[in-house]
Amino acid sequence: MSTMTMAKAINAGLRAGLEQNPKTLLMGEDIGDLGGVYRVTEGLKADFGADRVMDTPLAESGIIGTAIGLALRGYRPVCEIQFDGFVFPGFNQITTQLAKMHSRSEGTLSAPVVIRIPYGGGIGSIEHHSESPEALFAHTAGLRILTPSNPQDAYWMIQQAMTCLDPVIVFEPKRRYWLKGDVDTEKPSGDPFAAHVLREGTDATIVAYGPLVPVALAAAKAAEDDGRSIEVVDLRSISPIDFDTITDSVRKTGRLIVTHEAPTFGGIGGEIAARVAERAFLSLEAPVIRVGGFHMPYPVAKVEEHYLPDIDKLMDALDRSFAY
Amino acid sequence: MDLKDLAVRAEADSSRLPEDEAGNAGRGSLDREAAPEMVQMLSPEGELLLHGPYGAYAAELGAEELRGLYRDMFTIRRFDQEATALQRQGELVMWVPMTGQEGAQIGSGRALQPQDYVFPTYREHGVALTRGLELSSLLRRFRGVSHGGWNPAEANFHLYTLVLAAQVPHAVGYAMGMARDRKMDPQLPEAATVAYFGDGASSEGDVHEAMVFAASYDAPVVFFCQNNHWAISVPTEVQSRIPLANRAKGYGFPGIRVDGNDVIAVRAVTSWALEHARSGKGPVLIEAFTYRMSAHTTADDPTKYRLSADEEAWISRDPLSRLEKHLRAAGLADDEFFEGLEADGQAMADKLREDVLGMSSPGFADAFTDVYAEAHPLIQEELEFHRRYEAGFADPEEPTE
Repeated sequence: MSTMTMAKAINAGLRAGLEQNPKTLLMGEDIGDLGGVYRVTEGLKADFGADRVMDTPLAESGIIGTAIGLALRGYRPVCEIQFDGFVFPGFNQITTQLAKMHSRSEGTLSAPVVIRIPYGGGIGSIEHHSESPEALFAHTAGLRILTPSNPQDAYWMIQQAMTCLDPVIVFEPKRRYWLKGDVDTEKPSGDPFAAHVLREGTDATIVAYGPLVPVALAAAKAAEDDGRSIEVVDLRSISPIDFDTITDSVRKTGRLIVTHEAPTFGGIGGEIAARVAERAFLSLEAPVIRVGGFHMPYPVAKVEEHYLPDIDKLMDALDRSFAY
Repeated sequence: MDLKDLAVRAEADSSRLPEDEAGNAGRGSLDREAAPEMVQMLSPEGELLLHGPYGAYAAELGAEELRGLYRDMFTIRRFDQEATALQRQGELVMWVPMTGQEGAQIGSGRALQPQDYVFPTYREHGVALTRGLELSSLLRRFRGVSHGGWNPAEANFHLYTLVLAAQVPHAVGYAMGMARDRKMDPQLPEAATVAYFGDGASSEGDVHEAMVFAASYDAPVVFFCQNNHWAISVPTEVQSRIPLANRAKGYGFPGIRVDGNDVIAVRAVTSWALEHARSGKGPVLIEAFTYRMSAHTTADDPTKYRLSADEEAWISRDPLSRLEKHLRAAGLADDEFFEGLEADGQAMADKLREDVLGMSSPGFADAFTDVYAEAHPLIQEELEFHRRYEAGFADPEEPTE
């Protein structure tokens, strides 16, 4: 057991993957000598060489597209997209090619490419550096999507992604790269596609993922002062979604708040709300409430605090739920 | 259409008449620089002219190989005709004809070695033939029973790709993997990939990015652009202001324009390019200058956008008749040979028809099978829903398995 930041945990996970499989390659812009703009790949080129930690031309479709070719040849490429908003030049390759290679070939081909995308806001940056496009990818069959919220998961999820037979996108909550936590490098966190109940409660459930998990935990703690016992579920996997864990929690608490940074409209929260309504309607004491971003481009840094779900917004949502 | 429109159209079309022997476009062309000399070895009259750096690759062809090139072109044209007929009879949901491009496809395909790997677009039926693919498997997608149709590993011939140019970076990545494999195990044979795409696809960003990556990593890849002059209804001039082969210069690797209707020249140039790539000297771009004699797909109507005079001008360059003239003049083939091909072609077409009509539809439930390689709970849940729903009918019309 050791304490490390999430960035270091991912770095250690990538290192383990490179050591375990000589066909694992890292590909991306600035990931070599610089170690990535967030230093997540720091030191890996020095230890594994430029052939395995490749600074690629600046071209997202080219990165994903050549990674698909390498994967078809038996390699295990792990691509880094520098920022969330820069993934779109590679969107076509991810959704029309990568996601469908296995089904198109009737199972004879696989392209198990891993794509790491730092995502989300709260870092005070400029346009295209703070977006949460996970729902756009979750909508496409054939992709798996993970998002760790703590160093322990970060360390293991990247390794689990690197051995998964399907393509996996790992959305890394960039504002939590410096979040420290214990990492047990001996004991995996279990099924990467299972949600975790991080805090038990009896009165309401908050489902969060990635960057908002610490916010949900803080809100649950604050709600204690109001005499409310809040259960917090860390979704961990956005595709597939572990609806069983969510439904079990709602059956116990009767109330559900789902929160994410992405716009509420058309987001993952709506999917969870609809499924819970189908599966556990009679257990609900109140409508499922979503706390997410507005239907707007991610706002400028000076006002982003008004956009991002925070403790106050979650407390307000709990109040609205309990008002029923 | 009034007379004025016709005049404007005629003016525009005059620029698309076949180019001179050097491959330079005619009057009104948007070309702003000269094309490289177009490699040609078989004149429209069937005269064989072996010269230049690629001549040696053509000289190695014996009588049997030359007859083989003709046989392949004949077979794939007959195949194309039969597939078109099947579509017209409602047996295929769509077809993408390739008549006119036999020289480019058979010539390049016959330059490949077994260890090479092909990434086609969706019209490379001739290349598929040279890879030994069962031709009926090409029709499974167009019959509507599969999104693929064959196992690419068996013939080193990748599945067709419908999103234009998306397969071109795949070819580069695969080639990078081949080079890595050789580095780890020098006993492996030298190998290369060929990425096929058209003049329309050359405008896609993926071609540019693929060429940048290929150049950066000296990937053993041959970019084989079939300039068939039309991206559905949009002419090449709208895709590029310069001859496509010249683009290679900007990436720092060789670009060759070859007469795509000259199967011998195409084979020679592609053999050279593959050797160049396999030996670690980096990528090559080949622009095969050819013409799509038929429609883009069976849903297309070329009479709406091109003149019959244009098509007729290209008939004189037909890749089959040129080689036939040569084979006859050189005494390499006689009437018996050509009559034998007719009979073999008919037998192939009959078998193809039988195979297509015998293709069974998959059950809808099969569509859930390969979405993911590992178990996925949503797939399981939706499959169970589908089964329950289907089971609710007293007499289900559609099998669920």
